Amino acid sequence: MILISTIDIVRTSLGGTGKLLPVAILIICAFAAFWLFPYDLGFLTQMLIMMVFVVSFDLILGYAGVATLGHAAMYGCGAYAAGLFAIHASPDPLLGLAVGAVIGALIAFFSGLLLMRAHGLSLLMLSIAITMVLQEIASKARDVTGGADGLSGISMTPILGVFEFDFIGKTAFWYAFSVLFIILVVLRVLVASPFGLALRGIKDSPSRMRAIGTPVYWRKVTAYVIGGTIAGIAGALSAQITSLVSVEAFNFALSADVMVMLILGGAGRLYGALIGTLVFMTVRHVAASIDPFNWLFVIGFMLLAVVFFLPDGLISLPRRVAGMIGARK
Amino acid sequence: MTSGLRIRNLSKNFGGLQVARNITLDIPTGARAALIGPNGAGKTTFANLIIGALQPSSGSIHLDGKDISQLAEAARVRAGIAKTFQITNLFKDLSVRDNIRLPILEREHRTFRFLERHDGDAAIEAEVEELLADFRLLPLANRLVRSLAYGQQRLVELALTLSLKPRILILDEPAAGVPSSDSHLIVDAIKRLPTDLSVLIIEHDMKLVFEVASRIIVLVNGAVLVEGTPEEISRDLRVRELYLGAGHG
Ligand SMILES: Nc1ncnc2c1ncn2[C@@H]1O[C@H](COP(=O)(O)OP(=O)(O)OP(=O)(O)O)[C@@H](O)[C@H]1O
Ligand SMILES: [Mg+2]
Repeated sequence: MILISTIDIVRTSLGGTGKLLPVAILIICAFAAFWLFPYDLGFLTQMLIMMVFVVSFDLILGYAGVATLGHAAMYGCGAYAAGLFAIHASPDPLLGLAVGAVIGALIAFFSGLLLMRAHGLSLLMLSIAITMVLQEIASKARDVTGGADGLSGISMTPILGVFEFDFIGKTAFWYAFSVLFIILVVLRVLVASPFGLALRGIKDSPSRMRAIGTPVYWRKVTAYVIGGTIAGIAGALSAQITSLVSVEAFNFALSADVMVMLILGGAGRLYGALIGTLVFMTVRHVAASIDPFNWLFVIGFMLLAVVFFLPDGLISLPRRVAGMIGARK
Repeated sequence: MTSGLRIRNLSKNFGGLQVARNITLDIPTGARAALIGPNGAGKTTFANLIIGALQPSSGSIHLDGKDISQLAEAARVRAGIAKTFQITNLFKDLSVRDNIRLPILEREHRTFRFLERHDGDAAIEAEVEELLADFRLLPLANRLVRSLAYGQQRLVELALTLSLKPRILILDEPAAGVPSSDSHLIVDAIKRLPTDLSVLIIEHDMKLVFEVASRIIVLVNGAVLVEGTPEEISRDLRVRELYLGAGHG
């Protein structure tokens, strides 16, 4: 009963079969990647986790228009929470994800109460500061977190008691993909809802939103909590799959990369986050193996090109090209 | 006892600049009032004080006997006050239709719903289409607002604000920037408004003011110079000299 109504909600929210195309493409890509790169499953899984993380940031930056540089705060806390939970409470993966989600939500809520009052530069600085404080706590609380050595000794029981984590990483791959898939469906429903429309309104004009009676601050806090929940899940996934959490989970570079990946792919359209992550991580993977010191040039150049020529991100490229071909005729 | 807006001794300073001086004014239910005055008189500031976009330095505002001076802007809007912006303030990356739909969803307390589609409610959709038709916006409904001419955006601005179904409506120069061929749409819309709605219209166009207003308030240097019926105002020597004298003599 509940299942049927859930399917109903999802179906009406996705709006017809035409919009199922990206979902189908996603599944096909996953299978293709799985068969084509059997020796890179570890890397592909990292990519899937990062996609969960970047798509969570899309809700905040792409939809609500809130630019922060501290999204790693929720990721890191989710990772530590899931790691500690696995070691001390239960090695069940799904319970661990839930714990990561709750902690991500709590961190986002309490930091969001402060952050969502700030704007522009002060918001960027505050979000960086909060993440740094959390990182400092994680590295000082050595007894709990393992400090700079990281939290190790995480081992998981089979997912749903059936799918055991294997050495090659097949289970991890499909586990991460399933989580990404479910989160994408949830976010698709969310952005098509009245709440999603209100977020886009806030991005466009907070002052007009207030003038139509929206408590803008609380809507932003809500979006931040939802984004933080998903970031916490991404962190938890990472902890469970790599069996390790390090203080680097709070790195500034991670928050910055997430923003770059999102802008690269195209903010405010969910799938842009996936494409940006795919391109960014592939370039880093390939270019870094060719030239470990200068691969950032490639990313920097691509980012420049996107900002100047494709402000809506790589995801808008097909339509742009089609438009140009159409115009030439 | 008093229904409508009751404003007492409202003042506002920007640093040393006093832009509202002890304004005391009643806008009873159903009023059709116009606020006129030279550029920089403080008309927009006054509108912002009423809706709560600005906090007054002193003074009080009551709506239907309730003190709303401490309420945030969004709460005042939900209490029934709405205003148009002098400089169009719209959701430029949303379609015209979404620009009308969003305030209606907000008015109906739906923007905290996560699982339904934003265009899924038949009654709301019908209302959106009706408003679009009223302002001849149907052909533009799917266009992004940013792609519209400014005059068209002004119409969206008014339609959006009316979609909130306010009890107190403040219009800050609604016709400014609207081509004269379309300005009757604005006048018609104002004349169509329910009679129990109070309207305060800020306007430089005297023809429009005399067409819709039954009371006129003249604001100069942040203070009310004189208040009266259109006849009284047009006869007032100070007003003729100060305001009407220039171009409307
Ligand atoms: N945020 C602000 N900070 C400082 N001064 C301001 C601010 N907003 C308005 N002012 C000043 O307050 C005065 C009144 O401005 P306001 O916009 O209310 O005038 P107005 O009567 O609406 O004029 P107009 O007819 O040109 O729209 C002006 O001198 C303006 O420069
Ligand atoms: Mg003004």
